[in-house]
Amino acid sequence: MQNFILYLSYLIGSITFIVGLKMLSHPETARKGNLVAAVGMTIAIIATIFFYTDSDGNHLSNYIWIFVGLIIGSVLGVLMAKKVQMTAMPQMVSLFNGMGGACAAIISIIEIKHLIHHGGEPSSLILLTILLGLVIGTISFFGSMIAFGKLNGNIKDKTLPAQQVINLGLLAIIIALIIVIIGGFTGIALITLFWCLLIISALYGVLFVMPIGGADMPVVISLLNSFTGVAAACGGFLYDNPVMLTGGILVGSAGTILTILMCNAMNRSLVNVIVGAFGGNKSGASSGDSAAGGAYKEISLSDSAVLMAYSKKVVIVPGYGLAVAQAQHTCHELEKILEEKGVEVCYAIHPVAGRMPGHMNVLLAEADVSYDKLKEMEEINPEFSQTDVVLILGANDVVNPAAKSDPASPIYGMPILEVENAHHVIVNKRSMKPGYAGIENALFFQPKTSMLFGDAKKVLQDLVSELKNM
Amino acid sequence: MDTLFQFFSENYDMITIVILSIFLGIEVISRVPSVLHTPLMSGANAIHGVVIIGAIIVMGQAESDNYLALILGFLAVILGTLNVVGGFVVTDRMLEMFSKKKEKIKSIYSK
Repeated sequence: MQNFILYLSYLIGSITFIVGLKMLSHPETARKGNLVAAVGMTIAIIATIFFYTDSDGNHLSNYIWIFVGLIIGSVLGVLMAKKVQMTAMPQMVSLFNGMGGACAAIISIIEIKHLIHHGGEPSSLILLTILLGLVIGTISFFGSMIAFGKLNGNIKDKTLPAQQVINLGLLAIIIALIIVIIGGFTGIALITLFWCLLIISALYGVLFVMPIGGADMPVVISLLNSFTGVAAACGGFLYDNPVMLTGGILVGSAGTILTILMCNAMNRSLVNVIVGAFGGNKSGASSGDSAAGGAYKEISLSDSAVLMAYSKKVVIVPGYGLAVAQAQHTCHELEKILEEKGVEVCYAIHPVAGRMPGHMNVLLAEADVSYDKLKEMEEINPEFSQTDVVLILGANDVVNPAAKSDPASPIYGMPILEVENAHHVIVNKRSMKPGYAGIENALFFQPKTSMLFGDAKKVLQDLVSELKNM
Repeated sequence: MDTLFQFFSENYDMITIVILSIFLGIEVISRVPSVLHTPLMSGANAIHGVVIIGAIIVMGQAESDNYLALILGFLAVILGTLNVVGGFVVTDRMLEMFSKKKEKIKSIYSK
């Protein structure tokens, strides 16, 4: 009877995951879908705690530890998730993903100790699942932590010489170690090799994400997300647990597809993101962009204010710079004051502007910017030729004309916002430093482009006060 | 070859579940609007938190004098819970923004 309840709960759990994911992929049902999956998860967890029995029919023990752990995790999780700024969402997802990976790796560590203490010849299949759980979970944890650090600005992009060779070498060592361990080691030798595997997987996780540019982090997080799914599925194999298996595999395959969809939105291939990490492409990019170098001109705050106030139509192009500066509210203020002066204002949203698809929509919605002012790329591109001023706020690669004109550029082929068709382009950036793709932007050197340097929030505040005094 | 046959016949149901789940995952996700990529990823992130069940089993089976297993298991339970709870709450917060927008669309149309 108890087994019946347990497996029924697992079945319900698996079904809610599938239904939840399906609902999550439609805007109208997304929020409910998340709730459905959460309810299913709760049912599966509670059923495990009270109805799980091992092969001898023993119930779980250590209830106090389990409940204290659950409570600590829940309180921390809710606090972190509620406190996080909208702009910091991407790194939060990465952090939680890393926790799941670490959880899977720890399970493997305990299980291997268990195996050794209780002796006997473990079946190679069980050993393989334990090792895979360890490797994938560890890579996911360390990779996610690096991704978190990068998005948070604590870690800069770094590329070692011959990075790809080192990474491939590490991967080969990992596979070799797995084969060797399964090949038959026991006791001390087994545990030593096991720790070696852990350390090398950790190293691989770090080096795998390290050279990948910040702009590609969403893709990487999505990939690591599907890794953790597979690690969870390994646990499902190990415990013969259907809900872990379906949940893990579902996320593994859905995550992979989502990763590929994200790459498609940027018109790049997954291999290109991972192997041809922007950093590694730098030499090719700079030679292809020789036309870009040249003189750029600056514009003063008051000139920008005047230019915009006497325009008929202004299009604002928000980018990551806006998100970093937390300038969405000031941006909304600028929009209102320009509208009061009779200027038509709207926003051009590139599908991958910011750090994640949909990032800008969420950010501007938070600042109460009206939804009908947010125009998608296909909708706004034909309108640029009738636009007087385009104000670019901390966006770079999504307006880089090299994506259309320069086949040598690493972003060649990515659809861009065609701002160069407007009469004037004002670019707000903190400096002339290239964007996350690490490539020059010829747009900044065009005669109709003027640069307005400074932090997006500060510049917008100053623009608002200039406009008020006019 | 024999081991392969044996493996297959012993784990036939597991293999079926895995293969069907892979196809299901692909089917369920295809044709998602790009604005939903981030929430969807975050939602999937919460779902793989199902690894918490493994952590609970490990914790519940640890002998009460095996402190290393107890501590590691305890840590695994906390981390897994963080993944599940944090994941679902963050996703909900993201989607809250969308529902606000939807009300705005409605108000525009009703004008």
